[in-house]
Amino acid sequence: MKNDIHHVETSSALKIDLKKVSQQFSDKKVLNEVDLEIAAGEFVTLVGRSGCGKSTLLRLLSRLDQPSSGEIIFGNHDQQQQIRVMFQDPRLLPWKRVIDNVGLGLSGPWQEKAYQVLDEVGLSDKAQEWPARLSGGQKQRVALARALIHQPQLLLLDEPLGALDALTRIDMQQLIEKLWQKHGFTVVLVTHDVNEAVKLADRVILLEGGKIGLDLKIDLARPRSAAQALLVEYEQKILHRILATPQTVLSPPSVTKYVSQQWQQLRWAI
Amino acid sequence: MAVSTWLRPLVPWCVPALLFGGWQFAAEVGWLHSRILPAPSAVLVAGWDLLSNGELIAHLKISFFRVLLGFLIGGGLGFILGLAAGLSKVAENTFDTTLQMLRNIPPLALIPLVILWFGIDEGAKIFLVAFGTLFPVYLNTYHGIRSIDQQLLEMASSYGLKGWQLFKDVLLPGALPSILVGVRFSLGFAWVILIVAETISASSGIGYLAMNAREFLQTDIVVLAILLYAVLGKLVDMLARAIERVALKWHPAYLN
Repeated sequence: MKNDIHHVETSSALKIDLKKVSQQFSDKKVLNEVDLEIAAGEFVTLVGRSGCGKSTLLRLLSRLDQPSSGEIIFGNHDQQQQIRVMFQDPRLLPWKRVIDNVGLGLSGPWQEKAYQVLDEVGLSDKAQEWPARLSGGQKQRVALARALIHQPQLLLLDEPLGALDALTRIDMQQLIEKLWQKHGFTVVLVTHDVNEAVKLADRVILLEGGKIGLDLKIDLARPRSAAQALLVEYEQKILHRILATPQTVLSPPSVTKYVSQQWQQLRWAI
Repeated sequence: MAVSTWLRPLVPWCVPALLFGGWQFAAEVGWLHSRILPAPSAVLVAGWDLLSNGELIAHLKISFFRVLLGFLIGGGLGFILGLAAGLSKVAENTFDTTLQMLRNIPPLALIPLVILWFGIDEGAKIFLVAFGTLFPVYLNTYHGIRSIDQQLLEMASSYGLKGWQLFKDVLLPGALPSILVGVRFSLGFAWVILIVAETISASSGIGYLAMNAREFLQTDIVVLAILLYAVLGKLVDMLARAIERVALKWHPAYLN
């Protein structure tokens, strides 16, 4: 991966092609032969009950995990691929100032560019702050800036707004939509909030028991408002479908697999 | 309000001041015989005498040198071994068990053997201090590395950090709070070991000063030496805290 800022080309969006992708954890099949095509520049949201496999799918797209079987093809083979993930929690390094968090892993003169992306998320005045001093929403915006500086062609969002209060959430939704429109990258957003999914997406995909249950194009002009009649109609349709299927009892694999090692035993020296 | 902000730094010193006042008083009116416990003023006089003939500074210097060198060797080794064990499963398997056994040996139990090995040279004292400071730093470094948030590591790898950059940007700063706990503990412990070692076998240093004074029933010098330990211990702890404040200025506990 080239991290020198000069080598990152101006972004074009990445198209994604999933072919019979399955993911299995011990004896649980979390994704079952999923076929899915996502067009370059499309805004797709993944919804579904807990344990339906949406976070697993996102992890596969981020290439943090490899599928048990099947194939995921990103763009053209000769295309430079910048895929960035925003996690549920911002995962900022607490010992680095905001600006250095944004420039994480970069070499060369990246500072100016870092100020620029911080400005895009409205935080240029916090560049020299420690992350511990920021609010939850501000931390997520720094995480967004950290992703943006790489000029991603694919931005993966794993419920990044889940922990925010309602007002901050609306702000962040608008910010993400604005940045998507400006930069034109492909976005895949995982969310629990069907309203959010419909409001932001070109296309909502409902996962049920590891398969695609519903693939719905949202044909509404932007900017959309949450109370729009058509939008509410879409929302109801998806919600009915989710509630009609019984809840699969599956523990989310992302939790069981990635529990951090607990070192609670304090061992004293003498 | 203005007075209370003025007085606040003085509050921690009230108890020591009262103790010294009572002690001086008891010595003045004859409740305390100078053979048991000399008056603080007598200790001060003894201190001044030793200071002015340069003896005290010489002893302090040699003791400081021993603590510093012993800590650098022991702490340095502990840090390196702790990093290795924290970062590599192979290294952990190779020597963690050995170190866990060794650390249960009280350093002072080694004194007879150490005297046989090194005589009463510098080597003996420095070895003991190094031995005593290795394990706290080792354990805390190891613990610090292993308890770094896995999610941060995952984020770092998704941003392409590896090798030296991963170490310097994520692993070391993440482990630092724990490492500094080990350093602080070690520095305090280093003095304890050194003083005992100097008391048993030495021809210089503060421990020697106290032992020598005991031979001549110079209780004022013995008390002076004991008070010096308290002061030195406090100084070293302040130094360790200052390091923490600088190195962990990002930490919520130090942000103010």
